[in-house]
Amino acid sequence: MLPFVSWGLFMRNVAIVGVGTSRFGVRNDVRIDELAWESVKDALNDAGIEQKDVEFCSVGTFGSFNAEILPAVLCCDYCNLRFKGTLRTEAACATGSAAFFTGFNAVASGFADIVLVLGVEKMCESPTPVAVEFIGRSANYFWEFENFGVTFPGYYALHATAYMNKYGAGEEDLARVAVKNHYYGSLNPKAHFRNRISIEEAVKSRYVAWPLKLYDCCPISDGSAAVILASEEAARKLTDTPIWVRGIGVSNDSANMSRRSGFTSLAAAVDAARKAYRMAGIDYDDPLRYVDVANVHDCFTIAEIMAYEDLNFAKRGEGYLLLREEQTYIGGKIPVNVDGGLKAKGHPLGATGVGMIAELTKQLRKQVENGRQAPIAKGNALAHNVGGTGHYCYITILSLEKPKWGG
Amino acid sequence: MKIEGLPIVIDQKAKIPIYTSLRELRVNYQFGVSKIEKFFNGLREGVVYASKCRSCGETYFPPQADCTKCRSSDIEFLKLSGEAELETYTIINIKPSTFAHYKDYVVAIGRLKEGVKALAWLEVDDPSKIRIGMKLKLEAVKREPEGVYTYAFKPCGDGDA
Repeated sequence: MLPFVSWGLFMRNVAIVGVGTSRFGVRNDVRIDELAWESVKDALNDAGIEQKDVEFCSVGTFGSFNAEILPAVLCCDYCNLRFKGTLRTEAACATGSAAFFTGFNAVASGFADIVLVLGVEKMCESPTPVAVEFIGRSANYFWEFENFGVTFPGYYALHATAYMNKYGAGEEDLARVAVKNHYYGSLNPKAHFRNRISIEEAVKSRYVAWPLKLYDCCPISDGSAAVILASEEAARKLTDTPIWVRGIGVSNDSANMSRRSGFTSLAAAVDAARKAYRMAGIDYDDPLRYVDVANVHDCFTIAEIMAYEDLNFAKRGEGYLLLREEQTYIGGKIPVNVDGGLKAKGHPLGATGVGMIAELTKQLRKQVENGRQAPIAKGNALAHNVGGTGHYCYITILSLEKPKWGG
Repeated sequence: MKIEGLPIVIDQKAKIPIYTSLRELRVNYQFGVSKIEKFFNGLREGVVYASKCRSCGETYFPPQADCTKCRSSDIEFLKLSGEAELETYTIINIKPSTFAHYKDYVVAIGRLKEGVKALAWLEVDDPSKIRIGMKLKLEAVKREPEGVYTYAFKPCGDGDA
């Protein structure tokens, strides 16, 4: 691994200068390219640039749910972004962050000055049982799906069972994640679910993969999100409030659940967090001293609780206590998923990671709706995007302050 | 409401037109298994094999023919004792489309005596009696209605589940 000082020798600073997000939800009113345009148009307008200014397009789509096999070309064409160069990234549910990482590298390396990152997913083109099938196949298909039919809720349920057994968290503790995220979803006009729920409603819902119930699960959603990245020189011409990429940490773990060391944490998330904190100059022992607001990967309620611990927002086995004390609401120690999270905002796989970046950019600029703006005192925000069940992890740290490592 | 002469229906709930593709796709994927054929033949004979590197001793389950730790492909198939302890489990209530014909099934991860873990169904009559840490046996079993061999955990000991 490179020593800390090396980043600045090779990499340029990268700023976010424009963001856009479509409404998430069942979007069977549009095709995938039309859905992409909703966020691309907003991001271009937000950055104040024309399509001709864009030099490269990084597109995150998981695919399979959707008939179109070449979403990058299709969406770029619809958005009038031809002759740029494009590709499609895949990192399961962290596909959007992988697209962002690719765009970041294009700017940081000096390959391009202005890059469009698009995340888009059209999951509702497939019937729900088929969508459940595609997501369940997303690990080691041959050894763990072909004969055992594990679903995605099932993979996280394996973790919920182990966590609850080890630390004594109850089903109501899991429900608190859903209650919080539905509350903030109700304040976000782009969220899939706008209804508030109670702990009682959540624990009464039917089992999907015991011990996880319907209200422990994020919905199957359509949506798109877009971000414009710029080099420091380009960013200075476009905006007075660039949002800087301060650190990125990436990791991956075994495809097979049977090769994991344990089920109360995602080792890839811990690894990615350590790398991202190191690049950003954040002390792993005390991240809350640096971070104002976070979006974490709450595809299932247990995932948000493990994220608190993997990011070291809470000690091992104490993540669920943050929720009992409402420390992850605005006004608490660290507001988390105040856009509704995957649970209420929705989880269109490719759009999710880019949507997190778009949301946190707006949080740092203090541009979100009333009632869900986190206090910004330290100037840093964190996106934790897990692909699969800790198969991939991308952690991105954004800042109002220009990083010290950038050249 | 279907529109005559077009693959479009008006969705009753959302009141919007939906176009359904005419080109249905069906696919059964094919896998090359020549390097681990012995594993599958073992299941027919009632044996569950792991693989073990003759060079560095690393044990793999599911079995793999290449030791990617020491880069040797000199491996042997190791008969697993089947003795295991339950590490975690779930019950799949909402099933994928290709598993819709099964009753709710228990997916378990067990740690085997040999040090490797396995993910498989846990065949029990009453899932409420399952306890983390309970003793299990990993066995080759025939899966119905397909009639093909695979492997599964079963409770062992005092018939406590």
